Amino acid sequence: MSSSPDWLALRKDFPILDQKVHGRPLVYLDNAATSQKPRAVIEALVRYYERDNANVHRGLHELSNRATNHFEAARARAAKFINAPSADEIIFTRGTTEGINLVAQTWGMKHLKPGDVILLTEMEHHSNMVPWQMIAERTGARVAYLPVTGDDGLLDLSQLDSLLTPQVKMLALVHISNSMGTVNPVEALCARARKKGITTLVDGAQSAGHLPVDVQAIGCDFFVFSGHKICGPTGIGILWGRQEILNSLPPYQGGGEMILTVGYDRAEFKQSPQRFEAGTPDISGPIGLHAAMDYLDAIGRDKIWKHDQELAGYAYEKLSAFKGIRLFGPKQDRAGLVSFLLQDVHAHDVVTLADRAGVALRGGHHCTQPLMHKLGVESTARASFYFYNTRAEVDVFIEVIGEIRKFFGQ
Amino acid sequence: MFEDLNDLYQQVILDHCKQPRNFHELPSANRSAQGRNPVCGDQLKLFLVLDGDTLRDISFTGSGCCISKASASLLTEHLKGKTRADAEKTFAQVHELVTTGQSAGDVGKLAVFAGVHKYPARVKCAILAWHALMGALKGDAEPVTTESEQD
Repeated sequence: MSSSPDWLALRKDFPILDQKVHGRPLVYLDNAATSQKPRAVIEALVRYYERDNANVHRGLHELSNRATNHFEAARARAAKFINAPSADEIIFTRGTTEGINLVAQTWGMKHLKPGDVILLTEMEHHSNMVPWQMIAERTGARVAYLPVTGDDGLLDLSQLDSLLTPQVKMLALVHISNSMGTVNPVEALCARARKKGITTLVDGAQSAGHLPVDVQAIGCDFFVFSGHKICGPTGIGILWGRQEILNSLPPYQGGGEMILTVGYDRAEFKQSPQRFEAGTPDISGPIGLHAAMDYLDAIGRDKIWKHDQELAGYAYEKLSAFKGIRLFGPKQDRAGLVSFLLQDVHAHDVVTLADRAGVALRGGHHCTQPLMHKLGVESTARASFYFYNTRAEVDVFIEVIGEIRKFFGQ
Repeated sequence: MFEDLNDLYQQVILDHCKQPRNFHELPSANRSAQGRNPVCGDQLKLFLVLDGDTLRDISFTGSGCCISKASASLLTEHLKGKTRADAEKTFAQVHELVTTGQSAGDVGKLAVFAGVHKYPARVKCAILAWHALMGALKGDAEPVTTESEQD
């Protein structure tokens, strides 16, 4: 295979990274919340608005044709990005959250009955928990959880057999945990579920832009991710679903573009993807996302993954040396983030101080409040990496954490 | 490295955060209220012994950042033995202090929170205990949140 990418040269593609914050060079380590955008993505958005902007579909003029072509090319590109069999299985959403809500409200309303079980894991982001709680409330189904073992953030797979009861109709789980950095064995879990006729959804918010994703190899029925975490714009995301399932579902929202014919009493609906895309969509979003997917795959997500893991492993090792630190997530095979707590120092104080040193971290429950409660903490501090981060930045981060400990008298 | 943070993390605040005063439950309390900050998941509980209009005793429990813990600790110190009217007046003063950096009248040690207004994300931390106090005085059954607090 080709040699390692020139990471420092790639970093220069991100204008935002070249700035000082509170007088110190910005060290952006909040990539699990949102990634920065390369010039190629920003320019794609500008180009679209300066040259091609028009409403998509149905238009008979040149600009509308161009906008439609770009919009649909992005759909085909997204299919290729996750190795989906067909672009018709790619639905544009606002992001991971909307993708899960769409599945919960359409698939859930059609298939869930009183007594049915939606099986989640204890490490789910609120976005893969609350939509299921809401649909459970409406249908009489209930939500059950595959436990997490403890601070190491691993799924307790010994509980799987007893939890995969005949009542389970949906298994929805996160591919990579945003608060722990765990990489879940989604292929094995989806295969187990499939054998029992259970529908599966994988939340790829933290995985899609960080490692090669092949939905056919994973063997899930639905896969969701957000554009903004993979160098694309905010407000655009992808829902992939198996075509035969998608076309059997009721529409999500009603409106223009999703109909075949409309009468005063009733309407007939198109097949996927238009079935789920009522109204004028976000057009610049898919176009920006297209540029982002091209950008990432030109680097190679296998290489990005290796780089992420090296930085996180290095940070984890350095943090371990601090006395009294509590580290979360697996010791091995972690994704590109570290979650931690300093003894007697609240995560928000860590983040406020780090910010003063130019280091952008995140502190809080990371939208995994039940998991935090289970582990007996309110919050953790988190550093999350991407390919444009460097080993030197990890050194700055570690130095700053050392200074924060001193500030609080440790 | 953090010299310019001294306006936020003043010595008094660091001291009260590390060694919070009146940090326990109060078995004789006849009023209590919970304060929650939904953004960070922090919560604290405030206990009051309200004797007529006098705050005879006051304490708190819970967890939070340095600012919220120190704020609750200083609140209990400041208001023990004061009246309901004093408490309400001080709430207004502290509210003004943490949102603008200034307040009408002398607020004693609480003046250390003046620097908070420069850190909009931390205003909620500084005001959480005070909202819980108002809830306890009103006898609110529902937990008080800082959700409506303007940053």
